[in-house]
Amino acid sequence: MSITTWTWILVGVTFAIYIIVAIRSRAVSTGAFYAAERTIHPVLNGMATGADWMSAASFISMAGLISFMGRDGSMYLMGWTGGYVLLAMLLAPYLRKYGKFTVPEFIGDRYYSQSARIVSLVCAIFISFTYVAGQMRGVGVVFSRFLNVPINTGVVIGMCIVFFYAVLGGMKGVTYTQVAQYCILIIAYMIPAIYISIMLTNNPVPAFGFGSSISAGGAEILQDASTQGRYLLDVLDGIHKDLGFNEYTSGVRPKIDIFFIVVALMVGTAGLPHVIIRFFTVPRIRDARASAGWALFFIVLLYTAAPAVAAFARTNFIKTVHNVHYDHAPQWFKNWESTGLIAWVDKNGDGIMQYGPGKAMTGKPKYTGKTGKLGQAMVSNIITNGPNEIYIDRDIMVLANPEIARLPNWIIALVAAGGLAAALSTAAGLLLVISASISHDLMKGVLMPSMSEKGELLWARCGAAGAVVIAGLFGIFPPGFVAQVVAFAFGLAGLHPFFLPSLWEFLTKKPTSMEQ
Amino acid sequence: MARKEELQAYWKQNVKYIAILLSIWFTVSYLFGIVFVDQLDRVKIFGFPLGYWFANQGAEVIFCLLIVAYVQLMNRLDRRYDVFED
Repeated sequence: MSITTWTWILVGVTFAIYIIVAIRSRAVSTGAFYAAERTIHPVLNGMATGADWMSAASFISMAGLISFMGRDGSMYLMGWTGGYVLLAMLLAPYLRKYGKFTVPEFIGDRYYSQSARIVSLVCAIFISFTYVAGQMRGVGVVFSRFLNVPINTGVVIGMCIVFFYAVLGGMKGVTYTQVAQYCILIIAYMIPAIYISIMLTNNPVPAFGFGSSISAGGAEILQDASTQGRYLLDVLDGIHKDLGFNEYTSGVRPKIDIFFIVVALMVGTAGLPHVIIRFFTVPRIRDARASAGWALFFIVLLYTAAPAVAAFARTNFIKTVHNVHYDHAPQWFKNWESTGLIAWVDKNGDGIMQYGPGKAMTGKPKYTGKTGKLGQAMVSNIITNGPNEIYIDRDIMVLANPEIARLPNWIIALVAAGGLAAALSTAAGLLLVISASISHDLMKGVLMPSMSEKGELLWARCGAAGAVVIAGLFGIFPPGFVAQVVAFAFGLAGLHPFFLPSLWEFLTKKPTSMEQ
Repeated sequence: MARKEELQAYWKQNVKYIAILLSIWFTVSYLFGIVFVDQLDRVKIFGFPLGYWFANQGAEVIFCLLIVAYVQLMNRLDRRYDVFED
C-alpha cells in the first residue's frame, strides 16, 4: 500500500480512538470538566502531562534543531526538562494542596483580590492563545505534508476533532485522549530511532547508540569503510571539521547566553498553565509530586532519544549527500525535494552536491516547476556566493527518518499520526485553560457568582467551543505576531503571577500536608 | 504545642531535602552541562565526551532520579510525622 493510504488509515484509526475515548469519558459535572474529578492515577497523569507538554515542535523540530546546533542544542533539552524538578518540589504539591480548579482562582484566593484573579486569567488566556495557534498550524502542516491536503483543510479537520473531545469531555476526556496520544507519539518516535541506531551502530537503544562505534553495516550505509569501528561522535566531529563547521560536540554560543536561556526555559516550563492544571487532577498531594516524576520520565524517554536522532541524521545526511553525484543521491533526498524542505543548486555545474557552512540560497526554496538537466527541482531563489549548494530544513531530520532507515510505509504513516498526536494533545490542554478561565474565573468568579453548576458547565463548554474556533482561525490566518510571541509566551509564563504566591507559600513554611 | 514543634521539624526536613536535591540539580545542569563543559569534555566515556553527555542526557536522567528521590523521601517523612494521606 502507498504511504498516503497508510497515513489515511493510521490517522483515521487514531482519530477514532480519540473519539471513542472521549465518548466514554464525557464530563457531566464541573469537577469532571475542570479536574477529571481528581481521580487520575499519577502514572496516567504523567503520560497525559507528557503529551500535553510535548508539542509539535518537540516531536518534529527539536531533533533537527539539535542536529544543526550541535552541543548548543542541549540547552533545549536541559531547559525543557529542568523545570519539572522545580514543579515537583516547589510548586505542584502546594498548588494541589489548595484544591482549586484554576490558577487564577488560586491567585485570587491567595491575595484576597479579584483584580489579581483577573490579571492572572488574562495572562493565562494570552499565553494559551499564542501557543495554541502554533499547534493548530502544526496540525495543518502535518496534513499537508503527508496527505497532500491544503493546510487550511488540515486545520479544520484538527479543529473538528479537538472540538469533539474537549467540549464533550473537558479535562476528563482530554486526559484519557492525551494518554492515548502519548502512546502513539512515543511509538512513532522510537521505532525509526531504534532502527537507525541498529543500522548504524548495532545498538538497539538510540540513547546509547550515538555513543557507540559504527558497525560494518553502518559504514556501508555511510559509504565510507574507514568509519567502521570508530565512535560515531568522533566521526561526526571529523566530518564537521573537514567541511569547515565547528566540531559537532563543541559549542559556539557564549556560555553566559546558554546559562540564562536555560534558566528562562526552566522557569518558563514550570509556569505553563496547561501543565500546571494537570496537577489538579490527582487525588492527593503526594500524587502531585509523583505525577511530576512520571511526567518527566515519559518526557525523558523521548528527550534522550532526540540527541541520538540528531547525531544519526546529521552523520547520515552529510555522508550520503555531500560530494555525491546527483545521480546517486539517496532516494529520500529526491522524495523530499518536492516538499520545499530540501533543495540543491548546482553552483559550479559539476553535477556533484556540495554541502558546507553558510546558506545555499536566500529564504526557503521557491520551485519554478522545471527540472535541471540531472532531474533536480529548480528554484527561483537568489543564489548566494558561498560554497554550500544544499538547502535543508531542520524538520526533515525527523520527518525523513523512516525513509532514511528504509522502513516500511506504515511506519512513515505512523510518524504522521505521531506528529498529529503531539500537536492535538498540546492544543487540547491549552484550550482547557482558556475554557476554565472564561467559565470558572470570569463568569462564575467575577461576573455571575450566583450561577448554578449546570450554568457554569454550559459556559465551560461554550468557552471551549469558542476557543477552538478562534484557535483554528489563528491557524488558518496566522497573525504575524504569533511567531515572535511564542517565545514571549514562554517568558510570560515564567513571570506569571502565580509564581509569587506559591513561592511565598513555600518560603513562609506552610507545610504541604498539614492544617487539614 | 508539641504538635506545632513537630510540624516545624517536618517542614525543616522538607526544606533540607529540597536544598540538597536542588544543589545536585544545579550541579549536573548548570555546572557540568554549561560552565565546566569544556573541562569535562576532555574525559571520554565510551564515545561520549563527558560534558557533552551531561548536557544532552546526563542532566535530564538525573533530574528524573531527583524527583523520584524527593517523592520517596517525602512519603517517608509524611508517614513519620503522621501527615500521610490515605
